[in-house]
Amino acid sequence: MSTPHRTRRSPRLRNLVSGLLFGIGLAAFVDEVVFHQLLQWHHFYDRSTTSVGLFSDGLFHAFGWFAVVAGLFLFADLRRWHETLLQRWTGGVLLGAGVFQLYDGTVQHKLLGLHQIRYEVDLLAYDTVWNVVAVLLILAGAWLTYRTRAAVPRESTASADA
Amino acid sequence: MHSHGAGGGGAESLFFIPAVAALVAYWAGAVSPRSGRWPWYRTAFFTLGVAAVLVTVLNPLAQLAHEDFAVLSLSHLLAGMLSPLLLVLSRPFTLALRTLDVFPARRLSRLLRSRFARFLSFPVTAAVLNTGGMILMFRTGLLPAMQESMPVHWLVTFHLLAAGYLFTAAIIGRDPSPHRAGYRLRAVVLVLSIAAHNILAKTIYADPPPGLSAAAAEQGALVMYYGGGILELVLIVLLCRQWYSSARPRGRVTPTIRSG
Repeated sequence: MSTPHRTRRSPRLRNLVSGLLFGIGLAAFVDEVVFHQLLQWHHFYDRSTTSVGLFSDGLFHAFGWFAVVAGLFLFADLRRWHETLLQRWTGGVLLGAGVFQLYDGTVQHKLLGLHQIRYEVDLLAYDTVWNVVAVLLILAGAWLTYRTRAAVPRESTASADA
Repeated sequence: MHSHGAGGGGAESLFFIPAVAALVAYWAGAVSPRSGRWPWYRTAFFTLGVAAVLVTVLNPLAQLAHEDFAVLSLSHLLAGMLSPLLLVLSRPFTLALRTLDVFPARRLSRLLRSRFARFLSFPVTAAVLNTGGMILMFRTGLLPAMQESMPVHWLVTFHLLAAGYLFTAAIIGRDPSPHRAGYRLRAVVLVLSIAAHNILAKTIYADPPPGLSAAAAEQGALVMYYGGGILELVLIVLLCRQWYSSARPRGRVTPTIRSG
């Protein structure tokens, strides 16, 4: 008899969710480590930010850290159930990272004016590259997600009658 | 500013009494045969947890925190985050229930099951007490009052420790709790609390609390943001790890046993 756990699990959804969370977390991590700490292009606070901007940034920073950890634990869970769909997971990562970067590049940088990519330079080229990269990530992620819409874990088919 | 003599020989030394009492009680429980091979690292966590909060009210740290907002931030991380984390991981209530005599153990277990304990250990209540205390501290006259008067400083430290313990226990506690909230609620409350901590740190940076210079506020805010971030990351990992071990595939290994 199949266990209650097995009937509720949906490997396709779980691979996507794990990838999305990890992708969001990865983009937030790259933002913090590369742009804040290493390049120091981004500022901790640039003295022009609105309170809505601070709120949004704080929330996304918190969620970013949670997402990277939770995404990896979900991935470990998929591995131990033999349910990994690596392409679909990768699609989720690209989608998550792209959506985060596009949100950051449009809402946080432009609408809320929370911070800019760089200071004291002409921003147009930076903004264009940032958002075009985000859209490319989203397109690649959407393509992988669509392609794997009917994917089934290999181990799962073998034991489907269990 | 000069009322606290160097050497920590003043009223602060009274704090050794509760600290030593707590340590003796815990160690006595840990070495008693009833504890059943109590892991040594839990005793180490408890000891370090008590030490972490004790150093924040003793000199030289108390005096330095008085003079330097960044050190005050650091001592808040010790009293409000690191010490509660270590104390929660040391599972004091598990140890007490295991080693106390029947009657006090029953009384303790009744207390843990009480409506009041349920209210306090609900993640939302614990988070409000924890975050609300921080907001009050930086956005009211409490901060200057702490710098004027040592008793206010001690009270605030006690609140940081108690609210920090409640919050940490509500999110990642492993002590017996008859009404533990689900993982989703705990995850949402944790993320929102971290967000509140981040936002508060950035507003302190942007808009210094009363009686602080801009430079001091900036340094303290950075300590709060990045130092707090490390401990928050530990909480996230511990919460996810708890979920991971609770969701381990017992069913698949022995599918027939589960149906019974």
